[in-house]
Amino acid sequence: MILKFNKSKSNQDVELKVKSRLPDIIFKNVTLIFAFIIIFLVLWIIYELYKDAEPSRDRFGWSFIFNEEWEPLKEKYGALTFIYGTVVSSIIALLISLPVSLGVAIFLSEIAHRYIKTTFSFLIEILAAIPSIIYGFWGIFVFATFMRNTVQPFLQSTLGFLPFFKGTNYGYGMLTAGIILAIMITPIITAISRDVLKVIPQSQREAAYALGATRWEAIKMALLNAKSGILGAVVLGLGRAIGETMAVTMVIGNRAQIKASILEPAYTMASVIANEFAEASGSLHISALIEVGLILFIVTFIINSFARLLIFSATRKYDVK
Amino acid sequence: MELNSITYSKARLRRRKFVNALMLSLCVVSALITIIPLIYIFFYTTGAGLSSLNLDFFTELPKPVGEEGGGMANAIVGTLILIGIGSVIGIPIGIMSGIYVAEYSKQLFANIIKFLTDVLTGIPSIIIGIFVYGIIVLPMKKFSALAGGVALGILMIPTITRITEEMFKLVPMSLREASLALGVSRWRTTVSIVLRTALSGIITGILLAIARAAGETAPLLFTAFGNSFWSSSLDEPISSIPVQIFNYAISPYEQWHNKAWAGAFILILLVFVINLIVRIITRQKYENTV
Amino acid sequence: MKYLVIFLAAFSLIFASCGKKGGTGTNEVSLNGAGASFPFPIYSKWFGEYQKINKEIKINYQSIGSGGGIKQLTEGTVDFGGTDSPMKTEELSAAESKNQSKVIHIPTVIGAVVITYNLPGVEKDLNFTSDIIAEIYLGKIKKWNDNKIKSINSDAELPDKDIVPVHRTDGSGTTYVFTDYLSKTNEEWKTGPGVGKEVKFPVGQGAKGNEGVTGQVKNLEYSLGYVELVYALQNNLKYANIKNENGDFVKPTLESVTKAAEVMADQMPENLTLSITNAKGPGAYPISSYTYIIFFENQKDEAKGKALKNFLKWALTEGGKYALELGYSPLPKSVVEKSIEKLEIMNFNGKPL
Repeated sequence: MILKFNKSKSNQDVELKVKSRLPDIIFKNVTLIFAFIIIFLVLWIIYELYKDAEPSRDRFGWSFIFNEEWEPLKEKYGALTFIYGTVVSSIIALLISLPVSLGVAIFLSEIAHRYIKTTFSFLIEILAAIPSIIYGFWGIFVFATFMRNTVQPFLQSTLGFLPFFKGTNYGYGMLTAGIILAIMITPIITAISRDVLKVIPQSQREAAYALGATRWEAIKMALLNAKSGILGAVVLGLGRAIGETMAVTMVIGNRAQIKASILEPAYTMASVIANEFAEASGSLHISALIEVGLILFIVTFIINSFARLLIFSATRKYDVK
Repeated sequence: MELNSITYSKARLRRRKFVNALMLSLCVVSALITIIPLIYIFFYTTGAGLSSLNLDFFTELPKPVGEEGGGMANAIVGTLILIGIGSVIGIPIGIMSGIYVAEYSKQLFANIIKFLTDVLTGIPSIIIGIFVYGIIVLPMKKFSALAGGVALGILMIPTITRITEEMFKLVPMSLREASLALGVSRWRTTVSIVLRTALSGIITGILLAIARAAGETAPLLFTAFGNSFWSSSLDEPISSIPVQIFNYAISPYEQWHNKAWAGAFILILLVFVINLIVRIITRQKYENTV
Repeated sequence: MKYLVIFLAAFSLIFASCGKKGGTGTNEVSLNGAGASFPFPIYSKWFGEYQKINKEIKINYQSIGSGGGIKQLTEGTVDFGGTDSPMKTEELSAAESKNQSKVIHIPTVIGAVVITYNLPGVEKDLNFTSDIIAEIYLGKIKKWNDNKIKSINSDAELPDKDIVPVHRTDGSGTTYVFTDYLSKTNEEWKTGPGVGKEVKFPVGQGAKGNEGVTGQVKNLEYSLGYVELVYALQNNLKYANIKNENGDFVKPTLESVTKAAEVMADQMPENLTLSITNAKGPGAYPISSYTYIIFFENQKDEAKGKALKNFLKWALTEGGKYALELGYSPLPKSVVEKSIEKLEIMNFNGKPL
């Protein structure tokens, strides 16, 4: 058996050129087939969505994306308000969740003692297990009231000069939905980041300490090394935030409007589909909803590319080889 | 001159130490913040649902309003069956494709698959439900456990694929090289050495995927449908905990609302137990990688 | 790795054995229905009671919305559907051509939409007219102590606070009935937001589901919303008396709702679908409506068709008493009779069931 190395940029790109035998070839192709299943599945879903959205596409064309009006009775449909709602609520969720999740992940992998670590890890995993509708109901009965009576008045009194915090205070709105989303995606980002940090070899950190680094600086090194894995965690969390339906629908206020203030009610793509699909009558209405689903797909594409670009460019200068 | 540089580095050291203390305490604070909503929601759910929780709940079929007893037995079994079918679909596809991307593929192809997987994560579950409705329920002209399981399986795939790939990448190259140097074939290396090492992390991914799938309502409404009775086969509608919770929660009756919370409690408990069992099983064998 | 495999094997064993659980009895008939969520509780009570008398008949119903019920009936994935509003002409022609059979609507119970509110400090039930309600939801009446409201509630101490109207965001039969009533009685509403399962409400907060509106009104002072009567009853909410066409301020009760159906019963057409909003007659509550079960005249399966027919017959004759207990209004006698007659045209391959 011949072993050849082609050492290119990083550790991960080493190609193992091994003279293959039949079982190896079979195994490789089996995994290839499974990988193809994913491509096939995604393409099939896109195809079905595209096909079922036809009446709506024919009718509205590209203006569907830029139109703010959504009135089933007048047969006018446009997805702009929902796109805005999805993007902004997801960004809020990520902005809140990312630092917290990383903080917890660091706590779990670097700081905590063994017993605390195990208990905490289980607790985080329970957080992930809470069904979406429960977050929704808790949101309605507890959280929205809390936001309306405590948090949002506070924000308005301190930061009310900013356009983001003006407007009426209902408790149901973009910010409330963003925070609940943040709670929902934190366990995902935390659990994966924790696992990723665990695998970074101790020698890395020891080298840092040997050079006189403080604890935090050594952790920073580990984080940068783990950036790819953490990005993976973020992407999964983000995906969950974008597609989350039930919990968001119950607390976001479901008003199709674009306002600067995050205290105002809003509407996401997933929510409008959940709200209207069961009762949608008429093929135009249904196909408009499906077209919203298709656009959600595309928005996920775009947000994902953006997230990757952002994280890679931000950490490029710290790239540890 | 020397005095200046010493004071300078002393000042710098103080600052670095301050930053260190600050950041570390922020991490602890984050951990505490995260626990608060968890405990709140958990106690809220338990408090609201505990009154309805009795032996009947685990053994009986749902009863109409106003009648004593009644439970979620069929929903609990239904959820287990649906997760089971979902896992049979999701785990192999997820792990195998993750292995392909991590071990065998060229850069460009890998990126395409990773990208599509990420997109798959973001599709709202209701759309997956509508999709499976179109390709399975309509041709079969009936709602079925099978359709529900497929919908859940599709939901599970991207999480498992992504995690498998990430964990594989973290296994050091030296491990593979050592194995190959000892004469182990490539595929055996991948399966018995690398997979084993990455297993703990992959298990996390699988458990996260199961947790998500178990709590989904929207995709099941149009596929598995719901059933007030026991299902006798996989091609019939089947009950599930989230759907049952949904039915109870949207009703006007307080009695049913309590049952909904009790159901939520059970769901959380169920996922927790699955977590526990799997972790115990894998920890025994792979003590050092946990 | 080995353990994972064992685990998966165990799983497959579980559902293989579950495949054998239950098993089809000799005469067992299973019916699947889907549709409106509003009547789900009373239907599930009926299915349960019916099963006690006829052990082999298992009826399973899922709340996916009236639109969902109509769609699934059309696609043939369910045996019957439930809908709050009668099927429209296009829906009927689609269903009938796809299934080679006419659709039958059978009314089952009557529901009512009430105006519920959260007004701290006011004990008495308020009076409203349809114009006031319309103007509140159009944003023209903004405060609780507006003169129009004061004039018909002279003995209530109305505060100088803003009204927060709450409406539904999801498509629903409740919204349909509510807007149907407003359109019939208020010109501006008719030309503005109009009638529909969902309409564009000019002002107000949105909530999902009857339970969502109930929750919001309960938690938000000075708010006002529209919900099905049974939700207001079960949650001890305050609700308003509405002035009907006769000039009376009618309190929504299970009886006044049935009254609305009674005063319009002679207008019931052959296809058994009728809008009874704005019913004119003493003591008739004006925002009432029927809910229907829909199915095909030509049944595809003899056993199922028989089971459905016998169940509906039972529900029409015996079901009324359970309805009252649970907060639903039973049908007036004449409608029951017409419906039972209608069941006779159900057939299998031309033979009556």
